[in-house]
Amino acid sequence: MSERVASGGGYVAVAVVLLVMTALNIGLAMIDLRGFNSVVSLLIAAVEVVLMAVYFMHLRWSAPMTRLVGLAALLWLSILMAGTLDDLLTRGWLPVPGK
Amino acid sequence: MTVHAHPAPHVLGEQYQSLEQQHATAEFGMWIFLATEVMLFGGLFIAYTVYRIVYPDGFAEGSRHLDLAIAAPNTAVLIVSSLTMALAVRTAQLGERRKTTWYLIATMVLGVVFMVLKGVEYYQHFLEGMVPGLAWTYAGPDANAVQLFFVAYFSMTGLHAIHLLIAIGIVCVCVLLARRGAYLPPERHTSLEMVGLYWHFVDMIWTVLLPLLYLFGFHP
Repeated sequence: MSERVASGGGYVAVAVVLLVMTALNIGLAMIDLRGFNSVVSLLIAAVEVVLMAVYFMHLRWSAPMTRLVGLAALLWLSILMAGTLDDLLTRGWLPVPGK
Repeated sequence: MTVHAHPAPHVLGEQYQSLEQQHATAEFGMWIFLATEVMLFGGLFIAYTVYRIVYPDGFAEGSRHLDLAIAAPNTAVLIVSSLTMALAVRTAQLGERRKTTWYLIATMVLGVVFMVLKGVEYYQHFLEGMVPGLAWTYAGPDANAVQLFFVAYFSMTGLHAIHLLIAIGIVCVCVLLARRGAYLPPERHTSLEMVGLYWHFVDMIWTVLLPLLYLFGFHP
């Protein structure tokens, strides 16, 4: 839990990886991935967000409690998304009259 | 960094037992705040996603009216600003006052560059008549759904811009504080680190907005 000072080169490396991933994301958007474009681009963005949280935002060196808050934010966000989309995406499944 | 046996009183708040505890408390509180921010933006993300599923053609059309030639370099600007912010915090941890000040100035300038480029893009939307409620003249296919896309676009990028504006203001104050040596000795860098967390969070939101708004239109 004691505070670590990360190396400056490490931060530069993370930034370079983020820039490359952004370029990759933009490049892949130009190619037709047969319906998987959105999923792939959001996955790349998600990895970028995790890299930012772990290195730039020091989650790697944080107390377990702090990491738990980050995970809790993700958990509540996924409940929000799942709870909304499970309704919207399944409305046509059953022939319920009057829906 | 190890815990000093008897840190100076102005470094350790009297309600804390150790510097570690003080630091962990600040970090914990800041992350709780950021978690609420995740929910704020998350609500907008999900609203956008729902309408995008309901009106796929109109939202794809709207997405194609955005300018990736501005958004792509802007994304790079924000990532580099996150790097300078991380380095500002790092140099503050090491007690290098001058470097901290310069990294903070660089962070602030990059934030302003982002805002200026974003402003140019907004102005383009204005000229093209694609600002719902203020200047809306678009009459192509799916005009209503395209308008809905732009409502979502301005809500999300607008809220992001407000956040960045606040972050720039805070970093501006931090520049003055760093110059005066407010983060010395290095044990006092915690408040700057919390500002850094906020800055990185704002960068994070943009990282999600780029694929959500800009990249989606090419191959919906």
